[in-house]
Amino acid sequence: MVSALYGALESGLIYALMALGVYLTFRVLDFPDLTVDGSFVTGGAVSAIMIMNGSDPFLATLMGGVAGFLAGCITGLLHTKGNINPLLSGILMMTALYSINLRIMGQPNIPLLNQTTVFKEIGSWWEGLQIDEYLLKPFTALGLGEYAPKTFLVIISMIFIVFMLKKIMDWLLRTEAGIALRATGDNARMVKSLSANTGSYIVVGLGLSNGLVALSGALYAQYNGFSDVNLGIGMIIVGLASVIIGEGLFGKKSVVRATLAVILGAILYRIIIALALRVDFLDASDMKLITAVIVIGALVFPKWWKEFKEKRKRYTRRKTLNKQQQEGGEENASVKSD
Amino acid sequence: MLQLNQIEKVFYEGTPDEKRALRGIDLTLNEGDFVTVIGSNGAGKSTLLNIVAGVLFPDYGAVSIDDKEVTFLPEYKRSKWIGRVFQDPMAGTAPNMTIEENLALALGRTKKRSLFKGVTQNRRAEFKELLNSIDIGLEDRLNTKVGLLSGGERQALSLLMATFTKPRILLLDEHTAALDPARAELITRITKDIVAKHQLTTLMVTHQMDQAIQLGNRLFMMDGGQIIFEANDEQKEKLTVEQLINEFQKIRGKQFANDRSVLSV
Repeated sequence: MVSALYGALESGLIYALMALGVYLTFRVLDFPDLTVDGSFVTGGAVSAIMIMNGSDPFLATLMGGVAGFLAGCITGLLHTKGNINPLLSGILMMTALYSINLRIMGQPNIPLLNQTTVFKEIGSWWEGLQIDEYLLKPFTALGLGEYAPKTFLVIISMIFIVFMLKKIMDWLLRTEAGIALRATGDNARMVKSLSANTGSYIVVGLGLSNGLVALSGALYAQYNGFSDVNLGIGMIIVGLASVIIGEGLFGKKSVVRATLAVILGAILYRIIIALALRVDFLDASDMKLITAVIVIGALVFPKWWKEFKEKRKRYTRRKTLNKQQQEGGEENASVKSD
Repeated sequence: MLQLNQIEKVFYEGTPDEKRALRGIDLTLNEGDFVTVIGSNGAGKSTLLNIVAGVLFPDYGAVSIDDKEVTFLPEYKRSKWIGRVFQDPMAGTAPNMTIEENLALALGRTKKRSLFKGVTQNRRAEFKELLNSIDIGLEDRLNTKVGLLSGGERQALSLLMATFTKPRILLLDEHTAALDPARAELITRITKDIVAKHQLTTLMVTHQMDQAIQLGNRLFMMDGGQIIFEANDEQKEKLTVEQLINEFQKIRGKQFANDRSVLSV
């Protein structure tokens, strides 16, 4: 049970990068980009094939991100230059990427178990630092040794990577260009009248978003020990779930707050899935269904709850009004009978 | 300054809905001119403004700004020299961004947007001073999201955003039409102040005859895609709403009356 939660935390942190990418398109640019399902795999595919061929794993991961950036830019160009509807340009790119990913990998699945991945590379350095021993001390001291994870390697290194990228994103979105990017999603007509080319902001925004998604895919493939061409199916919904859960629970007042919320949302989403899979009658294959239900719930429930509260308020007001009228009526009646 | 040469624009050409929105418009704005354009619905006022702004391209004719031909230059390139305020108060600002971010965005109109911070301490002070100049209490709300402002406040902000970088040409598209009379009065006053302060060359479209007479130094009346009447500085001084309506009847030989309610005499 507990080890499942650590696993959820680890994969949640890796997915957080993808969720940040989805936030950038869905929320900031107001562009429902479905390229994600493809670019997530592209990241994994590029990094896997490079690692297989003996590249440095860090470089391989970075190139995975770059490949995603290019894919996102193409989606953006399909929309801005080709005048294709946003949803459709994403679907087209996603479909194209499925074949492209197979081409990159040359086979549907590349195992990475015996290869030098980013995490193994950090791991050898990590052991020298002996951080694990320090972090495990409190667990053993409290007699909770069996609840401790084997290593904090992935958690700590991913926290570092995720928050570094969050910081960069926060900074980027508050620069002059970043403000124009956000305004493009908020009021494109105005941005044009203020001498900014909304088209190029959309292309770059989609590129950055899919770059993050692909980076997440590259890290995920190395974390899992394989890259698979079907890994990306439904990924956009996972990202969306993270964004919606995060914003709903942790707020979205400012950019800094919203990006933090999205990261926490991604982690929370993995924890929910880990818990749901503990339920006896649910299988790993039900995961997509669970995800869909979570997203539907997160979309529908807040509205229902609001309406319910509103109704209850109206009902009590109506009741007091009726009561007052009745009392008034009785008074009048008694006056009459007098 | 701004020159329009034989501008023609036809919508839905070759269909039964064909509409000739502009027919051979010639006009020249000199440095510092404040021109008001009046006309009924469908007269071609908005099309004219859109052609100057680069939202639409003419079918025939040429547009030039400062003797530079810009006829087919896309809007985002041309707006380097053009400030614009829309009729819809929601159109000129980004609702989910703060007042200072909106102003920072407007600041980027005249130069390339960089990867430096958009809102710095210095700029914040500048923005504060700027908002102080219109005196409607926005200077203490720099961090308020613009979506929370009232229509009048948003329009005042739009006006400020369009003008504080001193555009070569200011386009006002019935920018007081969606406001209540008191707000409209306020925006009109701010417009007058700002245009006078920066001596902006301005093209203003309006439905209100009294506003058209009260503001600016030249007046155009449009109908059916043509400029049918023009009053220069001296003539405009003496012009009254009644005269304007008479003028229209004389030229067009038809009643302007249909639009009298809209024109709000």
